Amino acid sequence: MLQPKYYGEFGGAYIPEILVSTFEQLVKAFEEAKADPSFWKEYEEILSSYSCRPTPLTFAENLTRYFGGARIYVKREDLNHTGAHKANNVMGQGLLVKRMGKTRVIAETGAGQHGVATATMAARFGFECTVYMGEVDVERQSPNVFWMERLGANVVSVKAGSRILKDAMNEAMRDWAANMDNTHYVLGTASGPHPFPEMVSWFQSIIGTEARRQIMEKAGRLPTRVYACVGGGSNAMGIFSGFFDDPVELIGVEAGGKGPGSGLHASRLAYRDSTVGIAQGYKTYFLQNRDGQMNDTHSVAAGLDYIGVSPILASLRDSGRVRFEAATDNEVLDALELTVRKEGLIPALESAHAFAQAFKEAPTMKKDDIILINQSGRGDKDIFLIADALRDPAWMEFIKKKARDYGA
Amino acid sequence: MALESYIREGLKKKDILLMTHIVLGYPSFDASMEIIRTMVKSGVDIMELQIPFSEPTADGPVIVQASQRSIEKGATVERCLELAGWAAKSFNIPFLIMSYYNIPFKYGVERFAGAMAGAGLKGAIIADIPPEEGMDYLAAMQKHNMEPIMLISPTTTSERMKFIASFAKGFIYCVARKGVTGKETDLTKELEDYLKRCRREAGLPLAVGFGIKDKADIDFLKGKAEIAVIGTRSIDIMEKKGIGPVGDFIRSLR
Repeated sequence: MLQPKYYGEFGGAYIPEILVSTFEQLVKAFEEAKADPSFWKEYEEILSSYSCRPTPLTFAENLTRYFGGARIYVKREDLNHTGAHKANNVMGQGLLVKRMGKTRVIAETGAGQHGVATATMAARFGFECTVYMGEVDVERQSPNVFWMERLGANVVSVKAGSRILKDAMNEAMRDWAANMDNTHYVLGTASGPHPFPEMVSWFQSIIGTEARRQIMEKAGRLPTRVYACVGGGSNAMGIFSGFFDDPVELIGVEAGGKGPGSGLHASRLAYRDSTVGIAQGYKTYFLQNRDGQMNDTHSVAAGLDYIGVSPILASLRDSGRVRFEAATDNEVLDALELTVRKEGLIPALESAHAFAQAFKEAPTMKKDDIILINQSGRGDKDIFLIADALRDPAWMEFIKKKARDYGA
Repeated sequence: MALESYIREGLKKKDILLMTHIVLGYPSFDASMEIIRTMVKSGVDIMELQIPFSEPTADGPVIVQASQRSIEKGATVERCLELAGWAAKSFNIPFLIMSYYNIPFKYGVERFAGAMAGAGLKGAIIADIPPEEGMDYLAAMQKHNMEPIMLISPTTTSERMKFIASFAKGFIYCVARKGVTGKETDLTKELEDYLKRCRREAGLPLAVGFGIKDKADIDFLKGKAEIAVIGTRSIDIMEKKGIGPVGDFIRSLR
């Protein structure tokens, strides 16, 4: 029997019959791991020796002075191995794969971060690996494709649908439905059918646990507000989970793209253009038309360019526990440039959404207020996109020269 | 007549029934009408009419692409239901809706079941609704006297087969193998054993789909299942050769 978990009215497990036994097996393995203290210990151990946990908490002194309001701290998930919080989830699921005795992993990826993280984990654990990536994302995230292939993964460019993250997820589901005997689907975010929202949030909760301890040590008290970008929702769930029981305001920042009413965004919770639906195995707010067909979404950040959102976050929106805002592409690029200049930190375009919203609010807050921003990933992978958006002349010249070198 | 009686009745004259599958609005609504007409004329016994969904996770490339094209060309749920209603009124075989749960969910599950009944359809096959999630759907179907066709697969335990069959009406759709629609299946002893298990647990006629390509496949199924499902193959033939040859193909299976 499936025992699908719900968060308010959201969540569930709307899966084809062929995958039911696979989900039963996964739920069982997950429940056993949760109940076994040695599992979490092994998880922490591998993240401290193979990745860089605990990741530091950085006081952004220059930005704090610049805005003249709340004190700004940054949780440095960009310092994980492979450069994003994605490493946490994949190492955790990798350990589960070992427990289940499977030998092959598949993953979807948008920005490529989750794909690279999965390929890395697969190389380390000796699993076969296939990564599905929308054709549009393959084009905009070439360097990540290069690394995945070097790491031994088979990268499949998905040409169906809108050719972005959601289509990569569909394709991974199809692969899984055929190969579940030896294959585990390493879903990259806190969405999808049960147990993924809960399981991915559990692995990512390591961010919040550390961040809470670190801010108490450094600042001597809890933050006033915590900001995280929200695509599928895993880094937000990760950092928020450290503060659910505290009097701390939690702010999820979505991809505002070209802004509200433009139809070119990926804001499911802040702009209220979404409605409740059931797709990709779970129930949540989706950007869809009145027939239930999914809309095209847009964001400068491939990792946020997604139709649905974690059912846990959807429920936390409706209960009022988490406030949702959206930052537009332009606001994000400005925030990114400012952060690079003032602090020498290079957030990923995804993470820069959290910075952008925090920057809007910081000046209006009191000097003894504390802001905590989750820098979920590093931005150097986005060099092609960022340099392009900034129309950087030296970079363009370099690319032209490279193209000439390659005989283009 | 209830679907199960229709099937039992049909089996007095034929040793296996044929069910075909099309994606509504692909390549166009006019073509869909022509395909339905051709299929019925070629002796098809039941038809499933797929309302396209933008995220068809249980389908293979052919149906994925057909769904996408249909939506791009403006297929709406309303228009699909109209066409299905036309088919049900024009031809004397049972028609079923096939789709993913978001389609009835967004339409309103209760309203959707009512609309199907109003259109003269017999029931529905929803690819992504396990019984555990399907209580609203099953209640709405029952209220409007629509038959929910449930799926079982080779990975379904015997205990679960019984559980699923307890919610099913009409027949049980047996997925022949792992994977998505449109790939060929080896017709093996393993498949035979699986169908025996389905037969033992289900207590309803069995339909077997996924990858049937010729008369030999149909012959293999005779006595093991009541309905052979032709899905991707006829879409493939239509794309490559046109609608007429789809009729030839179906006739060649008898």
